[in-house]
Amino acid sequence: MKNFNYHLAKDSKEASKLSSSNSAFLAGGMTTIPSMKLGLASYKDLIDIKNIKKLSGIKVSGKSVTIGATTKHVEVANSKEVKKAIPSLANLAEGIGDPQVRNRGTIGGSVANNDPSADYPSACIALNATIHTNDRKIEASKFFKGMFETALKKGELIEAIEFQIPEKSSYQKHPNPASRYAVVGVYVAKHKKDINVAVTGAKPCVYNDKDLSKALSNSFSSSSIQNMELDSSDMNSDIHASAEYRASLVVTQAKKAVDAC
Amino acid sequence: MRKVTLEINGNKVEKEVQDNTLLSTFLRDHLNLTGTHIGCDTSQCGACVVHVNGNSLKSCTALAADIDGSKVTTIEGLATNGKMHPMQEAFKKLHGLQCGFCTPGMVMSAVDLLQKNKKPSDTEIRDWLEGNICRCTGYQNIVAAVKEAATKM
Repeated sequence: MKNFNYHLAKDSKEASKLSSSNSAFLAGGMTTIPSMKLGLASYKDLIDIKNIKKLSGIKVSGKSVTIGATTKHVEVANSKEVKKAIPSLANLAEGIGDPQVRNRGTIGGSVANNDPSADYPSACIALNATIHTNDRKIEASKFFKGMFETALKKGELIEAIEFQIPEKSSYQKHPNPASRYAVVGVYVAKHKKDINVAVTGAKPCVYNDKDLSKALSNSFSSSSIQNMELDSSDMNSDIHASAEYRASLVVTQAKKAVDAC
Repeated sequence: MRKVTLEINGNKVEKEVQDNTLLSTFLRDHLNLTGTHIGCDTSQCGACVVHVNGNSLKSCTALAADIDGSKVTTIEGLATNGKMHPMQEAFKKLHGLQCGFCTPGMVMSAVDLLQKNKKPSDTEIRDWLEGNICRCTGYQNIVAAVKEAATKM
């Protein structure tokens, strides 16, 4: 791994000040460090944000669950408050990677990285999340821009993610058996006013499947989407699954999610 | 370069490291604690698992600088007064290894499991060991060893 300067920031202001066009924020490092070791990424400065107290922790109000950016997957998975308010979100966290990844990896890191097969971006879309940064608040629907691309500007730091508590929800994924990344994952959330069907793994970027959500808005039952066939022309195709298989999996996982709601 | 201060297997260690020194490199090359193995070096195989502040972590995917001030336990820190830890004993007794390369990571990961779940089921053991890859045993005896250790810990 190429050398870099390691900095330990004491607050968001300092972290932001230290950042440059050639830096990255370091939280759990579960993607950043392997990427740097493989030479897929290199930075002049790594800015460790784990000591910024304000960035960690879980707060539940009547309508939302707000999770600090450096909160680890294991903390979300084990949180009694999250289990009570949005059980599907704790369940999603429990299914990420392996125990060692969950002990270190953070929600902010996962969301900022926007891996096309990551779990958390689907939760953001399904649960009408708001991404709080050190500069502004961004709606999830405007945050995920494309493969590994987000609306974050250089030096902009995610501080917390606020999820709207749904009436019912479930996340169902077909994991890659080795990495546990989603070949396809579908997060269905029924809110008072709308139904979201957030899909990860199928396309270059997480998306809300309008056809499925429309069908479910008419009748919230798995039979209403039973025979749907999705257009696979813009879906991912790789050694793990063809585009056609992914299109079929989206419907299968969506049905499972609706049944589990 | 920067100075890091860690407690490793109960001993205080102060060393100068490069900013990009990985914890696995630090343990093996700087402290000669070669029980921690490096297998894939891409955070998949789990041969490098150690405990940091009581939780298991893949040491090939953490910077020494990042864990400054922490308590680290490696496989060398499990035995007490020359007596094997119950998990090591169970792996030996039930043939939970063949070539032994993955074993330090398996043992460290399994000890962390039993700290959090005293009586895990077979499924829970297999789920927990998701991040530890063994190419010899087919896992049967590893699972049996973890169950045996659970009765002794």
